[in-house]
Amino acid sequence: MTFLAKRYSVLPGFGLSLGYAIFWLGLIVLLPLTALILTSSQLGLPLFWETVSAPRVVASLQLSFGTAALAALINCVMGFLVAWVLVRYRFPGKRFVDALVDLPFALPTAVAGIALTTIYAPNGWLGQYLEPWGLKVAFTPTGIVIALIFVSLPFVVRTVQPVLEDLEGELEEAATCLGAGRWQIFRRVIFPAVLPALMTGTAMAFARATGEFGSVIFIAGNIPLVSEIAPLIIISKLEQFDFLGATAVAVVMLMLSFSVLFAINLLQWWTSRRHGMK
Amino acid sequence: MAMQHTLTTERAWVRYALTTLALLFLLVFLLVPLVSVFWEALAKGWDLYADALVEYEAWQAIKLTLIAAAIAVPLNLVFGVAAAWAIARFEFRGKSLLTTLIDLPFSVSPVVAGLMYILLFGSHGWLGGWLSEHNIQIIFAIPGIVLATVFVTFPFVARELIPLMQAQGQDEEQAAIVLGASGFAAFWHVTLPNIKWGLLYGVILTNARAMGEFGAVSVVSGHIRGETNTIPLHVEILYNEYNFVGAFACASILALLALVTLAVKTLVEWRMERQHEASLVRTQQAREALV
Repeated sequence: MTFLAKRYSVLPGFGLSLGYAIFWLGLIVLLPLTALILTSSQLGLPLFWETVSAPRVVASLQLSFGTAALAALINCVMGFLVAWVLVRYRFPGKRFVDALVDLPFALPTAVAGIALTTIYAPNGWLGQYLEPWGLKVAFTPTGIVIALIFVSLPFVVRTVQPVLEDLEGELEEAATCLGAGRWQIFRRVIFPAVLPALMTGTAMAFARATGEFGSVIFIAGNIPLVSEIAPLIIISKLEQFDFLGATAVAVVMLMLSFSVLFAINLLQWWTSRRHGMK
Repeated sequence: MAMQHTLTTERAWVRYALTTLALLFLLVFLLVPLVSVFWEALAKGWDLYADALVEYEAWQAIKLTLIAAAIAVPLNLVFGVAAAWAIARFEFRGKSLLTTLIDLPFSVSPVVAGLMYILLFGSHGWLGGWLSEHNIQIIFAIPGIVLATVFVTFPFVARELIPLMQAQGQDEEQAAIVLGASGFAAFWHVTLPNIKWGLLYGVILTNARAMGEFGAVSVVSGHIRGETNTIPLHVEILYNEYNFVGAFACASILALLALVTLAVKTLVEWRMERQHEASLVRTQQAREALV
């Protein structure tokens, strides 16, 4: 195996650990993925296209990726703000707030889903105040965005936070000595250094949000063409034993999210090259 | 920071405004949903809450969830340690490809993950014929639930360990090997104490995700009440039957689990900070002793 040839090291266990990791990866990830690709190849291009271009499927894909993009954008701004406040300012209960940011990682999505639906229902804690303003959240696409903001927030905060912590204070001091104002320093010194991490975090939030299911189905209302997300289309096709149709939609979702993954890797490569110089 | 550098921070009103805005955002989007779970669960009193939890189907769901997590978490633990050892301790071609593949389950929708297992193991699937000949049922049974759970929690332990082990470097293990320790002894006495806190958090996070997984498990489980329902699936059924107290009571167990997970994470970070500080002090003392 020249592909996996290693450089010499005194440490043992290379073959065993790598072999086991690859075996397990193949069994759990690559084998099922192959099954999906093989099934989709049975479909044939015309039938594939017919399934994927059905109005209900197109609407659901647009909804899933549109709401995910909006949620990622909102998290890009608010996640950056939260990371900034956590790193730079002091306030009581900071440790608690810092731990709370990870809640969406730890709280099961279905629990988040029913909690958010209850809060934003027309008679819920927040819903009752939004209703008189004509703002309907639960059972509309707005609700989907709210759920996706919840689910993907930690990705932005946790990617930006370590970079903000590692920024060297000397650069800002130098800029201050040279007469720059705070806003100028933020725009010219701090923001460019944080930008790659911010973009990576936002892309990860987007990737996570596109496939989200558990938190969304409760709050979405699931009205065809209006608030029906792509994973739900897959499930309803499965319930009708339309395995090929479900596979076609799944393949489109996979291709879209793999391009996001590819973009993330490109961003990380770019970031490590920028930081690898020092 | 003990002292605020007046020149390199914002004016007071900007600081207060930004902090208030961030905290308000977190209050509305994170804290209110968390509190509401417990509030709704206890809305009709403790008695109904307790009744909802000892009900037969709820109890079966709790048992199945525990079984699935008890199988899936150790499997991912062993994989995570093996992958981290190979990736963080050796240089080989194809390493970044391997890392990308390990992260792959993060960007696959849980529903698509469930579908993949149905296409592979389901009665019409690629291995379906062979499995039914041998009387093995995977889909709509516990093995399918375990497999789906392993898939969605696949990267967590490895992702937690790889950066940690890369940052620690391999000098200590090399020293142990050169001094005659066996590979296993070096791992057990040198590596493991160094990574134990990161490992603990990885396991706890894997466990929380394993017990709470909804999308993938929902596709492969078949929703057979009292048999293949995990807690999250049971929550969905109760909620759709407008049994809100029951749904939120079961949800509150999972929310408690999430709180424990966050507490362990905070503890782990605190321990690692202390470990780091202690090692800095030791380095300082060694330096002074040399002078």
